[in-house]
Amino acid sequence: MDLATFLQQLANAASLGSLYSLIAIGYTMVYGILRLINFAHGDIFMLGAYFAFYLIASVALPWWVAFLVAIAITSLFGIALERIAYRPLRDSPRISLMISAIGASFLIENLGVVIFGGRPKSFASIPLFDTVVRMGSVQVLSVSLFIPVITILLLVVLLFVVNRTKTGMAMRAVSTDVEAARLMAIDVNKVISYTFGIGSALAAIGGILWTMKYPQLNPLMGIMPGLKCFIAAVIGGIGNISGAVLGGFLLGFIEIMVAAFLPALTGYRDAFSFILLILVLLLKPSGLLGKKQTVKV
Amino acid sequence: MMLETKGATMRFGGLTAVSELNLCVEHGEIVGLIGPNGAGKTTAFNMITGVYEPTEGKVIFTGKDITGKKAHSITEAGIARTFQNIRLFSTMSVLENVLVGCAVREKPTWFNSVVRTPAYRKHDRESHKFAMELLSETGLAELAGERATSLPYGKQRRLEISRALASRPKLLLLDEPAAGMNPQESIELMEFIRRVRDRFDLTILLIEHHMQVVMGICSRMYVLDYGVTIAHGTPDEIRRDPKVIEAYLGVE
Amino acid sequence: MKTRNTVLTGLAIAIFALVLWLADKNLGGYAMRILNLSAIYVVLSLSLNLVNGFTGLFSLGCAGFMAVGAYVSALLTMSPEVKEMNFFLEPLAPWLARLTLPFALALVAGGFCAALAGLVVGIPVLRLKDDYLAIATLGFSEIIRVVITNLQGLTNGAQGLKNIPKFSTTWTVWGVAALVVAFMALLTRSSYGRQLKAVRDDEIAAEAMGVNVFRVKVTSFTISSFLAGVGGALLGHMITTIDPKMFSFMLTFNILLIVVLGGNGSITGSVIASILVTVLMEALRFLDEPLNLFFFKTNGLPGLRMVVFSAMLMAVVILRQRGLMGDQELTWSGFEKAGLLPRSKKGASK
Repeated sequence: MDLATFLQQLANAASLGSLYSLIAIGYTMVYGILRLINFAHGDIFMLGAYFAFYLIASVALPWWVAFLVAIAITSLFGIALERIAYRPLRDSPRISLMISAIGASFLIENLGVVIFGGRPKSFASIPLFDTVVRMGSVQVLSVSLFIPVITILLLVVLLFVVNRTKTGMAMRAVSTDVEAARLMAIDVNKVISYTFGIGSALAAIGGILWTMKYPQLNPLMGIMPGLKCFIAAVIGGIGNISGAVLGGFLLGFIEIMVAAFLPALTGYRDAFSFILLILVLLLKPSGLLGKKQTVKV
Repeated sequence: MMLETKGATMRFGGLTAVSELNLCVEHGEIVGLIGPNGAGKTTAFNMITGVYEPTEGKVIFTGKDITGKKAHSITEAGIARTFQNIRLFSTMSVLENVLVGCAVREKPTWFNSVVRTPAYRKHDRESHKFAMELLSETGLAELAGERATSLPYGKQRRLEISRALASRPKLLLLDEPAAGMNPQESIELMEFIRRVRDRFDLTILLIEHHMQVVMGICSRMYVLDYGVTIAHGTPDEIRRDPKVIEAYLGVE
Repeated sequence: MKTRNTVLTGLAIAIFALVLWLADKNLGGYAMRILNLSAIYVVLSLSLNLVNGFTGLFSLGCAGFMAVGAYVSALLTMSPEVKEMNFFLEPLAPWLARLTLPFALALVAGGFCAALAGLVVGIPVLRLKDDYLAIATLGFSEIIRVVITNLQGLTNGAQGLKNIPKFSTTWTVWGVAALVVAFMALLTRSSYGRQLKAVRDDEIAAEAMGVNVFRVKVTSFTISSFLAGVGGALLGHMITTIDPKMFSFMLTFNILLIVVLGGNGSITGSVIASILVTVLMEALRFLDEPLNLFFFKTNGLPGLRMVVFSAMLMAVVILRQRGLMGDQELTWSGFEKAGLLPRSKKGASK
């Protein structure tokens, strides 16, 4: 393995890690507030990509308009999902909530198969993202360079929103204590809707960028990234946005690097993340950046 | 000596919830553990019953060191408890709740349960009999078939005590048994606790806020404040202790 | 009272056996296949219900343990010739290539291997709770699948196994299902069953009452894995081909659907829902095929059936969380109270 290949793999790892981070943030935000693994989050990621595809292919919007509209629609979809599938169960046992999430996930996937068709589709090439960039002997697709930059920009904006704005403060309040937040006259429903909106928008961005890099859409494309990004969120410390990003990058790097340096293990690629998950859960259940929780007796 | 803690200390990070606790409880006594909210009383219970492992110090029960043992083996050794906020098995009937307590002595395995071996049947019959006896003793026999959580509050407390008794303990720890009771009910509870002690030859350690109850039934008591034992003695001594008055009323 | 119930239970079993016998004689192969598939789902849903409904452990690892059972039993029963035909990419390990065991033994071996997998997975994972446990068991199930895909010389990898002997006859699958129902009924109504429920209701109180919570959890998980392995093996011997893709999360989802629909913690609920869902799955197959609705025609919409099922699961969870039965059972005394049986003098005892 020479330096050029290594750098190339590094660029790949950085963009995969960024994509994982974008999706993991949505998981972590929703978990922070509802204590729910939003199993349907991976499918929202898939929807974002499909919406963009249809807006370009069928409505013939310019690609950047299509992207913005797709992100907006996906975001609304996420909000609707919470209203229909999760809100009625907010006071139920967490298992019911999670079963509803699993049901929603399968419903969206199968609706996807019915509506979008099971055959994979692919995006028309967008020159800005599709150029090959050469730096010395390293060649990467321009999209691989855009992805980390966009991710970091979004992260900065998100951290600003969460830490510096009133909405962000309300979010943090609700995630600490829903009842107390309600007593402080915070509109909990609104905060939860915002959370789903933001998380779904980020998933949509992730989905669109994903299909720029791995240009194939199919209705089940969200399952694996969805599971892995949840794992990324757990590794980083669920409920913690920076933790999700850390976990996402870590997972992206490990996957790419193991595949590159230990090709014999490539067949086990999908198992890595799960093994990592189980190790983290057993050694430090609160994740790398998470806070420890104790049960009161 | 029934129970003895030697310098038992519990720290959570930088916070010392209980420091250097030295309890001595003799066989047959009713001993009170009192103190303001957050004084570390429940933490002390949790150390004794194995929910937490003490950071330092020892817990000695009937002469044996039980420090750091698992909660279920401590119950097996003969200490049973109730909880501050009632923790009944909510989907089970009153009788079933008590039967779970009995099972410590049956030691059922999945195999003998499914095959219904003669030994299992014998244990099961005995447990049912003992459970019903306990329920009549505690005045809950007619409610045996009801869902545990459908009982009124006071009866749920009694059920929790019956469940604890079902494990045939030598030492019973009661965490605020009179919480949420009116004065009349509290007096009945005192009677009940005394009767239970005599009937089952128990030693009782209890946490309580109702001074009337503690002073009424305890032969001795320990007072905790911020995790530190600030006094112990008979109810009369405690009533007059200036440190206790200060802890409860503040300094003028 | 007890005698009456025993007589009634015996009668019900006899009637059911008669119905099965008549069905076996008169129904076509397709209908029998569905009926038998229901029996396998009874086994599988009870396996999941044991951990999920009775012990309160949210496990999503079913498919992985089924895979273990299915592969073990298939590999132990296939004849050396069939094995040779299957393993054309890489030969099967020689000690296994020549080994052929009787079906009953292989079925039990499949269950035991799955139980062993359950024990190995359970000991670390059962320290976790709720959704962490769910995701970790799901993770292990996927790991098992990935391992099976990669162990070419033992499992034939992604190609899977074909021509597995068709041992899952009507009597076998329903016999096993009946055994499992009886096992679950005896277990959940026993002293040990109360310990399971105690763990489900309140772990801290259970531990304080002398229940070795961790041990109970591991035991329940291991037994459940055994049952999942047996169910998986029966499934393999019914459809005669298995491959790693079959044992994806989708399969666990189907079983979860049955458990939730029937009622978490209800044996009769699981049995009824198994039959209901399996029959409905087939009855709704027309949805995937081209429709002709007078005004408009659709081309086949593959996936529509699963849409209906996913929507059903959500509707049940949102509108009737307790499922068909909640955690109640259909019992003879229940029938008596409903006025469907003549009243006995002293009222129902059990």
